[in-house]
Amino acid sequence: MAAPIALHLEFGGGAELLFGGVKDHQVTLPSQSQPWDMKRLLVWIRANMLKERPELFVQGHTVRPGILVLINDADWELMGELTYELQDQDNVVFISTLHGG
Amino acid sequence: MPIICSSCEQKRAMLKRPKTGHSLCKECFFSAFEEEVHQTIVSARLFNSGETVGIGASGGKDSTVLAHVMKVLNQRYDYGLNLLLLSVDEGITGYRDDSLETVKRNQQQYDLPLKIVSYEELYGWTMDAIVKQVGLKNNCTFCGVFRRQALDRGALMLKVDKICTGHNADDIAETVLMNVLRGDIARLRRCTAISTASEGEGVVPRCKPLKYAYEKEIVLYAYFKKLDYFSTECIYSPNAYRGYARAFLKDLEAVRPSAIIDVIHSGENLSVREGVRMPVQGNCTRCGYISSQALCKSCVLLEGLNRGLPRLGIGKHNRLRGKILAQEPLTQEEERKLKAVDF
Ligand SMILES: [Zn+2]
Ligand SMILES: [Zn+2]
Repeated sequence: MAAPIALHLEFGGGAELLFGGVKDHQVTLPSQSQPWDMKRLLVWIRANMLKERPELFVQGHTVRPGILVLINDADWELMGELTYELQDQDNVVFISTLHGG
Repeated sequence: MPIICSSCEQKRAMLKRPKTGHSLCKECFFSAFEEEVHQTIVSARLFNSGETVGIGASGGKDSTVLAHVMKVLNQRYDYGLNLLLLSVDEGITGYRDDSLETVKRNQQQYDLPLKIVSYEELYGWTMDAIVKQVGLKNNCTFCGVFRRQALDRGALMLKVDKICTGHNADDIAETVLMNVLRGDIARLRRCTAISTASEGEGVVPRCKPLKYAYEKEIVLYAYFKKLDYFSTECIYSPNAYRGYARAFLKDLEAVRPSAIIDVIHSGENLSVREGVRMPVQGNCTRCGYISSQALCKSCVLLEGLNRGLPRLGIGKHNRLRGKILAQEPLTQEEERKLKAVDF
């Protein structure tokens, strides 16, 4: 059994609009049999946090192309993307690049 | 196991560059990004020492990164440029007033002079007032046409030699695609150019120092440098067409990382068969701004607004433009058509 883990999630670049306009979220993921990885986190976000138009955030099993993901300030492309195993107190940032500049 | 920076081979890599696939630490990324913009500026000879350069500043990520990098490079490489920020206030409550606050903070942070020109002072209409009259369907046409001229007018007031804008590689690829889809051959030829010479009186030369910079890198540069920028969608513009082009390109990029630069190259390499008629650029007979018609688009739109006929500049009403120029009255039928607003 994996123990519950606390995460700091941050949405920016316009992605926060899909989360009621709120950028910073402290969340606790419940204890479950498998470890929490990014893939399971996205499923959890979709089920528990997304306020509207989920297709603008997740596509298939991953984030929609054009949304950047940082785990503890590093590009998730260096961290194994969906397979990254989340640790207690991790900081995950989602930045949309699909909004105007 | 953290991945080590492929450049300095010491610090922990923080991002994977979309352009090269290299894994870099923050410091090596900053210098690679800045060096590439510098190379773009030098190899395309975008500026000359002593010039006054207006940076088109919206408060968004692209223009904020552009202002920051221009300030850094101007000092580092002694370009000898006199930089200032140039902003347009479209008059959109709750959107532009907030983003202008960001620009005002940037003015302090970068210690650059700032000039704001407003639609209200230039045209007598704010976007809020225009939307009240034309509804939410064609408002982006007004905003786009007015903005282009507003930047030029602001630049002329300040005696600016050149305007640089924050258009990045992703923006340019989107524009190529949109011009292909619309069959707009004249714009297709112009949109990939890194700089445009003055096209006539009242038009200030423009350039795009971030033409080869990827959006991902711009966003991460702003994020890692903790630059202060504003990122909310314009309340009036879902800009649906560009939104689709953008999403489509992002999907392509996910499959083929070079998609963005490939589309730009396609745009650059298209050649127009001889004998294809291109619009001849002249000047607007009313305001003098560059135009391929006797009345420029902005003057036609303004005339429509001022006469309560908002559809005048939208769609094909060329015959009516002649009547307006000659100040002939419109028939009731013509008036009826131009008043109809579809929300
Ligand atoms: Zn390094
Ligand atoms: Zn005109």
